[in-house]
Amino acid sequence: MKTEELLIAGFGGQGVLSMGKILAYAGVMQGKEVVWMPSYGPEMRGGTANVTVILSDEQIDSPVLMKFDTVIVLNQQSLDKFEQAVKPGGRLFYDSNGLQNFPTRNDINIYHIPATAKAAELGTTKVFNIMVLGGYLKIVPIVNVENVEKGLYKSLPERAHKLIPLNIEALHNGASIVEVIQEV
Amino acid sequence: MAEEIQLLKGNEAIAEAAIRCGADAYFGYPITPQSEIIEYLAQEDPYNKRTGMVVLQAESEVAAINMVYGAASTGKKAMTSSSSPGMSLKQEGISYLAGAELPCLIVNVARGGPGLGTIQPSQADYFQTVKGGGHGDYNMIVLAPYTVQEQYDFVKLGFDLAFKYSNPVMILSDGAIGQMMEKVTLSAQVPRETKDYGWNVLGKSENRERRYITSLYLQSEVMEQKNLKIQAKYAEIRKNEIRYEEIQTDDADYILVAYGISARIARKVIRLARAEGIKVGMLRPITLWPFPSARLKELAPKVQGMLTVEMSAGQMIEDVRLAVEGAVPVKHYGRMGGIIASPTEVFINFKKLFNIA
Repeated sequence: MKTEELLIAGFGGQGVLSMGKILAYAGVMQGKEVVWMPSYGPEMRGGTANVTVILSDEQIDSPVLMKFDTVIVLNQQSLDKFEQAVKPGGRLFYDSNGLQNFPTRNDINIYHIPATAKAAELGTTKVFNIMVLGGYLKIVPIVNVENVEKGLYKSLPERAHKLIPLNIEALHNGASIVEVIQEV
Repeated sequence: MAEEIQLLKGNEAIAEAAIRCGADAYFGYPITPQSEIIEYLAQEDPYNKRTGMVVLQAESEVAAINMVYGAASTGKKAMTSSSSPGMSLKQEGISYLAGAELPCLIVNVARGGPGLGTIQPSQADYFQTVKGGGHGDYNMIVLAPYTVQEQYDFVKLGFDLAFKYSNPVMILSDGAIGQMMEKVTLSAQVPRETKDYGWNVLGKSENRERRYITSLYLQSEVMEQKNLKIQAKYAEIRKNEIRYEEIQTDDADYILVAYGISARIARKVIRLARAEGIKVGMLRPITLWPFPSARLKELAPKVQGMLTVEMSAGQMIEDVRLAVEGAVPVKHYGRMGGIIASPTEVFINFKKLFNIA
């Protein structure tokens, strides 16, 4: 896979930005070119947060994109706003928690990661975002789990290193719960 | 030693570079979207473990730029950073620094204006930066990074140029480059050192003439001589320090002129255009002052048009038009107020502006 252009969107506080950062670090560990570009507007306060992550084997041009290979949405607002931003034939991931309206497009691949429910069941809501990442990486293995782990060691301060095994477990849990809704 | 690679935000890259190139002092006042610079430096703790660099949050932007004046007078590598509204406040101090011929590094991670504006990226500070936002006949050397790596590299380059010419150097960045993360190859740590440059105030010894740092010369004749000396220096800078990058200009029918984040967008526009068989290239000014005018003039007769892509109402376009002297139509496309035009949007408008089907 040459280039993956990804958008992750959800509520501020869901760990959207840090999930993107962990993926970006894993990309660095895998020797890829990476860009991590956050939305940093005032809309982040209590509203939606989103981040663009681009992983590529080539030099990355524009970090500003309108269409994405993959979009991961973690709330209704983000789904409403970004479903149309998936390239035809691209991928949309969502967590059904709190959703009233579901994806409607029939020209894209759609996957469900019930991460909120699973995290609540396991009592590990803090690693909810890593579970989402695990689900995504199961379908789009752009980086391997070893590099995610290496990236975590590199990006987290030492005092947080004891939590890394919990994160890796969450990654595997995420991979085990992702469901295919439709593939085109 | 193996290459040291880190994933850094553009703002963090500025701070890390400052420490690693042996900067002596940072004075600043927080403002979005560049607060990570002071945050990163302050985390190193006040007398930072690596180099002992002084990091101080001033009471205002005005205080910070005048602290830079003081530190620079002693030959220390001093810097400050801010974003657009804060940079307006620093203009008086910048004029004084240029007048006193003091080396220093100033970073503007620009946001949308005018006024308090937005916190999103913008390039509407071009005029202020290259035409002299403060009073008097002066110029700063202006470097415009378009990757996080350049954001890192231009700190050392900026200090080197500042000391080579005894002149303030500005890094004109934008909120997008400041906030995004990319891989950065780090340089080795350089120790701090203060040299005797022959002009800096280091404490006067008995048999040395006194040194006096000022921009005040009450006799017009003396002031004019000072101006002539500074202008001669600027001529030298124009001769030696013009930097730019060309991408696919060899066979280009159209040339995009863009810097900073807009040049990243433009790089994608080149791909979109060439996929449709339209030969587009780019000239990216790396120094906005001195400006690569001569090269643009050379390229002008070979192409059918030039488009500046700027996040402003069109500011750099004036310098491009001056450079090509009417030899080729020069147009502008850009969004304002903190909006970054997407590559597709720029491409569609490029075709419209030049009537390409």
